[in-house]
Amino acid sequence: MIRITVTSVFVDDQSAALDFYTRLLGFEVKNDIPLGGDDRWLTVVSPAAPDGVELLLEPSGHPAVGPYKAALVEDGIPAASFGVDDLQAEFDRLTAAGVRFVQPPTDMGPVVVATLDDTCGNLIQLAQTTSA
Amino acid sequence: MTREGSPNRQPLTGKYWLAYTGRVAADVYKALADATRRAILDELQDRDGQSLFELCTRLTMRHGLGSTRQAVSQHLEVLEEAGLVTVRREGRYKFHHLDTGPLRQIATRWPVPDEGESP
Repeated sequence: MIRITVTSVFVDDQSAALDFYTRLLGFEVKNDIPLGGDDRWLTVVSPAAPDGVELLLEPSGHPAVGPYKAALVEDGIPAASFGVDDLQAEFDRLTAAGVRFVQPPTDMGPVVVATLDDTCGNLIQLAQTTSA
Repeated sequence: MTREGSPNRQPLTGKYWLAYTGRVAADVYKALADATRRAILDELQDRDGQSLFELCTRLTMRHGLGSTRQAVSQHLEVLEEAGLVTVRREGRYKFHHLDTGPLRQIATRWPVPDEGESP
C-alpha cells in the first residue's frame, strides 16, 4: 500500500512562507531540517491531523519554478487545495488579517471554494464540502 | 474581418470602435452565437473580474460544460474581439471583466417597445 505522506508547494522565501502558513493558515511545523545553503526541509501539518499529510514548503531556486508559478498565477490556478469546515468564517478571519483573496467563497455545487494569495508566489484554494 | 457599417476613415482600433460608437459589429453576433460564450457572459454577470481558472470551474460545475482550458481561452478571445470582455492585468493576476456596452447597439438598431406597447 502506498500512502501520500508529503506534498509540496514551491515558495519564494521559506521564512516568509513559514510565517504565512503557521501564523495565518494555522499549520504547525513538523520538520525543519537544514539542507545545503539556505535551503531547509521545512514541512507543516494541520493541527487537525498532526500525523497526517505533511506540506513541504519547498525552495523555488530551480530556474523552471519561477515561470511555472507565474503561469499558474496568471490563469488563477491554485498550487494546492486545503479543506475547511466553515469557509465563510475562514474567509472573514483571513481577510481581516490582510490576506488577499482573488476569489471570494463561491458555490460550485458539491463544494464552496475560495482562492487566496499565499504571498510566496502561489494561489491556494480553500474548499468546504457541502452536505448533499 | 467584416464589420457592418465599418467606417474606414476612423483610425481607431477595433475595440475602441466597438465600445464607443453606436454601430453594430458583426463580431458581436458571432460572439453571442455560441452557448458556451453566453454561459461565460452569465458567469461574469454573476461575478465580474474572474481568472481563467475560475471561469473554467464555473462552466464545469454550474453548466456541465467540460470545455478544456484552451477552448475557454479561445472563447474569451472571441468575446474580447467583440468588446464584450476586457482583460485586466493586476500585478501577476489576469482578470476578465464583462462589458455589455456593445449590446446597446442592438437595442438601438431594433428598439424594444415598452411593455403593453406591442402590437
